[in-house]
Order: sequence, then C-alpha cells, then structure tokens
Amino acid sequence: MSAHESVIIPKKELPANIVKLGWALTVIGLVLVVLSYVTDAQRAGFNNIIGFTFLASVAVGAVFFIALEYIAGAVWSTPFRRVLEFLGMLLIPVVLLAIPIFMNFHDLYHWTHADVVANDKVLQSKSPYLNEQFFTIRFVIYIVIWSLFYFIFRHNSLKQDQDSDQKRTKKNIALAAAFIPLLAISISLFSIDWLMSLEPHWFSTMFGVYYFTGSILTALAVTTYFVVVLSEKGYFFKGINENHYYSFGALLFGLLSFWAYIAFSQFMLIWYANLPEENFWFIARWQNGWEYVSVAIVLLHFWIPYFMLVSRPSKMKPRTLKQSAAILIAAHFLDMYWLVMPTYSASPVLSYYELAFPVLSIGVIIVLFAMQAKKYNLVPVGDPKLQRGIDFTL
Amino acid sequence: MEKKLYSITAIYSYPNDIIRAAKTVRDAGYKKFDVHTPYPIHGLDGAMGLKETKLGFVTLAAAIVGAAGMISFASWVAVVDYPQVIGGKPYWSWPAFVPVTYEIAVLLAVLGTVGAMIAFFFKFPNISHPLHDTPYMKKVSADKFGVSIQADDEQFDEKKVRELLKSAGGEVEAVYYSEEFLTFKPQTFDPKFIVLLAGIALATSAGGYLYFNKVLYLPPFDWMMMQPKVNPQTMSEFYADGFGMRLPVAGTVARGFIPYPYALGAKADSVGKFLVNPLLPTKTTLDLGKKKYFTYCSPCHGNFGNGDSRMNGQFPNPPTLHSDKVRTWPDGAIFHTITVGQNVMPSYQYQISREERWAIVNYIRTLQRAYNAKESDLQ
Repeated sequence: MSAHESVIIPKKELPANIVKLGWALTVIGLVLVVLSYVTDAQRAGFNNIIGFTFLASVAVGAVFFIALEYIAGAVWSTPFRRVLEFLGMLLIPVVLLAIPIFMNFHDLYHWTHADVVANDKVLQSKSPYLNEQFFTIRFVIYIVIWSLFYFIFRHNSLKQDQDSDQKRTKKNIALAAAFIPLLAISISLFSIDWLMSLEPHWFSTMFGVYYFTGSILTALAVTTYFVVVLSEKGYFFKGINENHYYSFGALLFGLLSFWAYIAFSQFMLIWYANLPEENFWFIARWQNGWEYVSVAIVLLHFWIPYFMLVSRPSKMKPRTLKQSAAILIAAHFLDMYWLVMPTYSASPVLSYYELAFPVLSIGVIIVLFAMQAKKYNLVPVGDPKLQRGIDFTL
Repeated sequence: MEKKLYSITAIYSYPNDIIRAAKTVRDAGYKKFDVHTPYPIHGLDGAMGLKETKLGFVTLAAAIVGAAGMISFASWVAVVDYPQVIGGKPYWSWPAFVPVTYEIAVLLAVLGTVGAMIAFFFKFPNISHPLHDTPYMKKVSADKFGVSIQADDEQFDEKKVRELLKSAGGEVEAVYYSEEFLTFKPQTFDPKFIVLLAGIALATSAGGYLYFNKVLYLPPFDWMMMQPKVNPQTMSEFYADGFGMRLPVAGTVARGFIPYPYALGAKADSVGKFLVNPLLPTKTTLDLGKKKYFTYCSPCHGNFGNGDSRMNGQFPNPPTLHSDKVRTWPDGAIFHTITVGQNVMPSYQYQISREERWAIVNYIRTLQRAYNAKESDLQ
C-alpha cells in the first residue's frame, strides 16, 4: 500500500542497563519480601495482596487488549501487540505470588475463621460462596481461563511469525469473541474474592467494574511506557509517528476518564444512600490520615493525567505519554494499597514492607519482558495487518 | 450574465491519488485550494498541510462555562433559594451536583462546538458557494475525489495549474460563477416567511392545547381520595357547630375506658396511695412494660432510667428514676405521673393505654431493683 520502505526491527535484545535494572529490582524486591515475611507475616501478607492484585491487573489487562485488538480489527496497535503478549506472561508470577497469601490465609481474611462465622449471621449467609474450598476452586478456574486463552493467542501469534498464515488471525478473532465475556465475569469475581472479601460485610456492585477498569488502564499504561521508551531507543520499526502516539494517548485518556466515572459512581451511590452497612468502608478511608491517600488517588489517577493528556498535541508527545503512563502505574499501586491496607491498619503505614512488592513487581515486569524480547520478535512480522498498522494515519 | 472563473478543478478516482494530488498542489506552493471527498480520508489533512483547527478551544470554553454555570446554579438553588435538608446532609453537598454539572458541561460543549462551526466556519447565514450545483460537486459527493485551486490564489496561472493537475493524473475542468449566484440571499429572514412560521407555531400550539385540555379532557381519578366522609381535623358541614370530631355525650363512658379521676394539678404522692396496681409482675407484663418503656420513656429517661437522655440535649434531661423519692413512691404515684405529666413532661394518657402504663410501672420497679440489688438477689 505504501511506497516508502518500512524498516522493521524484528528481534533485538533490550538495552543492557534496562535488563540490569530489572534484575536489580527483582533481587532487592525478593530480599525485602523475605525480610518482611520473616519479621511480620501478617503485614507482609497484606502487602502481598497489593502486589498480587497489581500484577494480575497488568497480566489480565494485557490479555484483554490482545483479545480486543483481534475482535475490533484494530490496525494501529498491531505493531505493538507483542508487548501485550509479553506482558501476559506475568500470569506465572501472579500464581507464584498467590502461594504465600494462601499460606497466611487466616491472618488476612476474616471470614476464614470458623468461630467468627458461627457467631455472625451475615457471614453465615455468605458462607456458601465465601469458604476456603470454593475460593480456591474459583481461583484455579480464573487462572485456567486466563492462561488457556492467553497461551493460545500467543501461540498463534508467534507461529504466524514463521508461516504468515492468515487463518491464525481468524482463529484468534473467534477465540477473542468467546474470551471477552468470560474475562468480564472472571475478573469481576476475582476482585470480589481477593479484594472486597477483605471486608466481608461490605458490598458494592460497582466493585468488579472498578477493578476491571483500573486493570485495563494499568495494562495500557505499562504498554505505553514500554512502547515509548523502546521506540525512543529505535526499537519496533522506523517511522513510528504521532499517529501511533496519539492512539495510545487517546485510549489512555478515555480509559482514565472511564475509571473516574466508575470510581465516582461507586462513591456517590454509597454517599447518597448513607446506609451504615455500606458507608463504613468509605468512612474508614476518610479518617486517620487515609483521607490524604484518598485525595492523592483522585489527583494521581484522574486529575493530573487528565490535564496532561487533555489536548490533542499533548497526546502526541512521547514525553507526556511516558510521564502520564508512569503516574497512572503508580496511581494503580496506590489504589490497591488504598483498597487493601485500611483492613490492616487504621492509619496509613509506609515502611520496607510496603516498598517490597512494588519494587519486586516492577523488576519482574522488566525481567520477564527482557527474557522474551531476547527470544521472540518484538514485532509480529507475520501478521497480515502489520503493514497497515505501520502506515497508520489518523 | 457575466461569468467569472472561480477555480480549476480536477477529479481523481482513488483515495491514494487524491492524497498524492493534494501533496503536489501543496508542494507547488498554492495556498487557496480545497479538496472534496465523499467520505473522510485518513491522512488528508496532513497531505494538504492544514493547520490544526481552533474549534477545540471553543469546545473547552463552552465546557468550562457549562460546568461553572451549573455548579453555581445548583449551589445557589440548594443553599440560597430553596435550602432543604436531604438525607441529613449539609445544604452544599457537592457530590450530588457532580452528575448534573458533568452533563451540562458536555451538553454546552457539544452545542457550542456545533454552533461555532456553523457560525464561524460555515459563515451562516451565507448558503451559497461557487462550487454548488456544478458537475464537479455532483461527482465528489458521489464516488470521486476532487481538488480545486481557486483563481484568487496569489500564484494562480490557468495554464500552469491545468498542467500541474493533469500531471497528477486528474481530469481537469474549470468552474465559472456569476456574481448574482453568490449574492443570492436566503429567504429565511423574509418578513412574510417569519409571519408564516409564527402563524403555524401559534395554530399548532393552540390546537394542541384545545385538543388535549378540552376535547380529550378526563377528570383526575381522585375518587379514593375524595370520599364523602369527615377526615380527622377537618370541618364538618353536617353538624351545626362545624366540628368534624365529636365530643362524648355528657354522663356517658366509652366501652373499655375508665375515666381518670384526678386532675393535672394533683400531687403524685398525695393521690398515689389511692391507686392500686392491678397487674402482677409476670414475664408477660414485664415484656410489655419493657417494650413500651423503650418506645415512650427511654428517649428522655435513658435506656435504664438514669435520666441520661438520648436526645442530645434537645430537651432538658429529667432526674433519675433511681432516686430515693421515686423508689419510695407507691406504684400509683408513678402511674399518676405518667398519666398527667409533670413539669415539662407531657401527659401520656392518650398514647399509652391504662394497662400499658401499669406494665411500665412494673418495669420501672424492675429497673430500680436491678440498680439497688440486695445480697439475696444475687443468689
């Protein structure tokens, strides 16, 4: 279609300093995690939930975007789909991070105590759903659904690099159609299981959507960050331009506005009805210093990136994109902290316990990405939509 | 009629050709040219070298005006004009204003954008253009792609332009226009037309009013609300004195009702000894007394009769029921106090039946006993 020569850079190791940074963060993170589990297993466990749900956000969000690209027939994102396919590999550390939580289950989840449930009518009536056996079974089901689809998508995409078979794209489109409804249900229930049940008396029908939106926003922010950083260093292909950047910026902008809409709706309905069985959750997050964390989330997760990305030229600027993506990643960590930690302590706490899992997560993301970038093409060279994606104009 | 040259146009068959042609024209240095396509083509604005539109600023301004206006209007209504406590919240409860503020901001942004587009960019009410009603326009609004270089461009030269467009592979044609065509005034503001519009508006609204309010009129379904009976607190047209609520006939007593013989002013300890508690302190009467105590007495006297009001100081706190005075009173004295009231405490004889009052007395006795338990009670 296009006359100009496209220069694709299919395979290349990541810059050595990025890989080194990834390993250093992973090692430091692991040391801190071990240290925190040795000193205070309960506090480490709550932080483990934060790191676990964060990595699950990135992994599942990435698989969601792979499916979305196939089902929507998106063209502009095809050259960058490999980034998402690499990020989906985080499903493995997600499973690994769940193990220490299961080992400290009784310290973290109130409803696992048989004596508490016996004296609590509400928990009794919830116990057909909230019991340890069913919880574990559900977790296995979620992981099976996500990884099954992820590995098929990935397998088809990687094989296509060699045989350029267009049928593989068609297969993935059909799979994506089946996957998206399953994902919507499974990730909602996942957030209810792992985050909402920390306060087993509390309930919000918005919660699943809240976590889902935050997840796909974070996965997109991580992808954007990788794409911008690596393109600046000459990866992917020559001729990446403002049209591609604008698409990332517009999608980030749309999703962060949608996140704000969902978050505010959840808050406003509970605030307006003011029922004691619902409002205590927000009251706990509006006292003893948690109010500052709440305001920080509103600013970092919405207002600051909103104004950074609101104008058309700013969505095209790689620097703005990189900064707002970094802010959104940090904001999602803060969001998970805000969801989990009020159960542990009445006022915000910050020590090496809280730093261990963010450091580890960032390190693991970089290391896993680098390991796969070494082995596979960074651009899906066999994809029929690739050339159109490279030539994409708004 | 004198015809003037407006522009030289060229027709192309494929979107890629028009992008190439636009680039060629731009690179040749022409400023006054335009491209017409039946549908939006990605990348065309870049090929034409168009500057970014300023319309976004209109949108932003309209959104800010909408948001600021709505939040001030909602605040003024809720705080100044019609303050109402809703759900125990302060008058200025900003989260409740967010949805409507957001929606008005979006509405004004959309209307402002469309309005500005029509007024500034389309130069309303000007509705004529030299390209209208030309074969060129017919083609480019169906299945062809066209470029038109205007004759008033600084470096316009008919021969050169024709050559340039031809070299880009187009089917070249000149478009002429007459002054008369351009000065054509729309008849929108013709007085006759305005009068006609106003007449139609008047006729339809009057017809609608008559049809819905006179022809189709149905009385409201109020026959459950408007019954021919006397409601409490309303006037009667039947009785001569006009009172809907009647007094008992002199010298009679209602069934199941024993008139209370003592007046409001009578001292509790003086009349108390004449009243005898007819109830035994059984489980049933104590349960009844407890229930009624919690409903009627506990708001002021406290859950255990300590005089620790639950009303947060809205009424003066009564003294404790565990004082020696109340404990040594006969049952009848407490009964009398409940019946006729004391100091700021009103009479409860209409809210609480005689039986229930005696049951409350029994319950108060239980509370007093609990607070001053003897050694023997503990065994």
